[in-house]
Amino acid sequence: MKVAFLGATKGIGRALARLMAERGDVLFLLGRDTADLERSARDLEVRAGQGRFGTAPCDLERPETFAPALEAAEAALGGLDAVVVTAGLFATQDRLEEDVELARRLVTANFANTVVFCEHARKRLLARGGGTLCVFSSVAGERGRKPVAIYGAAKAGLSRYLEALDHKFRDRGLRTVCVKPGFVKTSMTDGLPVPPFAGEPEAVARRVLRAIDRGQPVVYAPAIWRWIMLVIRLLPRFVMRKIGF
Amino acid sequence: MVAGSRLADRILAFDQATGVLRAEAGLSLFEVNRVFLPRGYFDPVAPGTQFITLGGMVAADVHGKSHHRTGSFGGHVRSLKMRVADGRIVECSREAEPDLFRATIGGMGLTGHILEVECRLLHVPSPWIHAESERIEDIDRFMDALKEAGPRWPYTVGWIDCLSTGTGMGRGILHRGRWAEPGEAPDRRPAERHRPSVPFVLPGWVIDRWSVRAFNACFYHRHVPRVRRGIVHPESFFYPLDVVRHWNRLYGPRGFTQYQCVLPESAGRGAPRRFLELLTRRGGASMLCVIKDCGAEGEGLLSFPRPGTSIALDLPIRDGTPDLVSALNELVVAEGGRVYLAKDVLTRADHYRAMEPRLESFLAVRRRWDPEGKLRSAQSVRLLGDAP
Repeated sequence: MKVAFLGATKGIGRALARLMAERGDVLFLLGRDTADLERSARDLEVRAGQGRFGTAPCDLERPETFAPALEAAEAALGGLDAVVVTAGLFATQDRLEEDVELARRLVTANFANTVVFCEHARKRLLARGGGTLCVFSSVAGERGRKPVAIYGAAKAGLSRYLEALDHKFRDRGLRTVCVKPGFVKTSMTDGLPVPPFAGEPEAVARRVLRAIDRGQPVVYAPAIWRWIMLVIRLLPRFVMRKIGF
Repeated sequence: MVAGSRLADRILAFDQATGVLRAEAGLSLFEVNRVFLPRGYFDPVAPGTQFITLGGMVAADVHGKSHHRTGSFGGHVRSLKMRVADGRIVECSREAEPDLFRATIGGMGLTGHILEVECRLLHVPSPWIHAESERIEDIDRFMDALKEAGPRWPYTVGWIDCLSTGTGMGRGILHRGRWAEPGEAPDRRPAERHRPSVPFVLPGWVIDRWSVRAFNACFYHRHVPRVRRGIVHPESFFYPLDVVRHWNRLYGPRGFTQYQCVLPESAGRGAPRRFLELLTRRGGASMLCVIKDCGAEGEGLLSFPRPGTSIALDLPIRDGTPDLVSALNELVVAEGGRVYLAKDVLTRADHYRAMEPRLESFLAVRRRWDPEGKLRSAQSVRLLGDAP
């Protein structure tokens, strides 16, 4: 599989890229820190045991980088079978309430600009007759919740967009995979209190890769979060107002 | 303070011809073996667990079943990238900043934050182990058997029942191993293993003198015939304890501490027997203690191993455990040995200073790189008198 990967340097993205490289997929890495991208490319090359993994700058806060980055990826890979997006901004609700400018940046990057990136990606994939677009949303978008009011709102919008892509383009060969991670122990959540049912990035990545291979439209990871979110979605408002979750 | 760096775990370069690996310091030994054993490379020192990072292996200058041949891990390290106390990033090696390099190996993290490690892995002929194990009747014969196995076997280690007294004192099982040659090894790769977990913390009374005595006796008597040999999975040979995750939960809510010391050759071959006599007299209940003959002293200014016999114990935490450790340390001081800082939480400063004539040269290097004493740990506060 030839994969353009935005966000392979950290967390679940790093674990997923490793699984792909170790089984023989060829990756092209996109991200904003070029030195860090190179380090991840070397890591993946050693694990793959062969080939060179290219990189190109791509920043979710700078939409003008999207088209050239995907162009570079397709050219270097000599084709494109899948595009994976794990990148995004993160900040706690307290921090976002303090700093409205940061809130604007986060919602723009995680929703508006991610949609724009996906539009570029899906057009490229459809022009080639289809492929897989795997994008990381979050369980935070499942319900309006106090601790993730702003981050969750952006992810809610993203999940809806991905759902519609799946409805609209699946019969033309575009397989959209919307990943909804629960709490996973990565650099993003480092320093936050660890709730029950927290996952490890490697286990989550294995589940996501299986979903990519099967073209599963929605995947919760770790799996238990599917049931946790089912309960959360069913809770009446007066309960949601009372609890801190 | 303990700085975990699991998030910094990328491999930066590997040379298949020479086995030289460069990686971020948070890369685990488990990953190193998982990625490189199928390519014919293994870690050069074979410590008892693979759930450790490269950075930790440098900071503790870890050793293992091959110490009598390969020495400790620091000897296989070529270069380190570090962030030192003033925030600078420094590359150090035997050529560049050799004082920092030697103080960092076995320096328990007090010289700076290890960012990258470059080391040479060991080339192996197959991913399987030819192992032999033998029941040994007492500590004196154990010492002879270890000595005899050393020149013929790259890997040796003993598990002894340190609760048996009298004629059976120090009885146990000696493990010897070498990498299997391609002709005698199976063609397939060793499978990845499922690791069951101890699901919850057991009550504190489960591990007491009597249950440990029964366990140790079973372990010894179950080993029939006296000598067993065969081709085994590398993980079951190298990391028997890693088979069960969270095995520390067996020890109850107060947990356990490890204690490891080396008794030097100069103390004579009776020293391990004197150690066991003291331990059994004081009633220290340890499940299977590990005994190993050590080779040459490492390059690190505070490296633990030195020629002699190393003994490692797991001690459940009880009210009397600090006193037991002090009593053992008094014997170690008298025998001219020292304790392993990587496993130490209870040693007193006066005992440590008496064991460690090299301390002043380490502190001189530390003062040069960290004059304000910014880098401290709970251990350095306890043993070196650092400000808390």
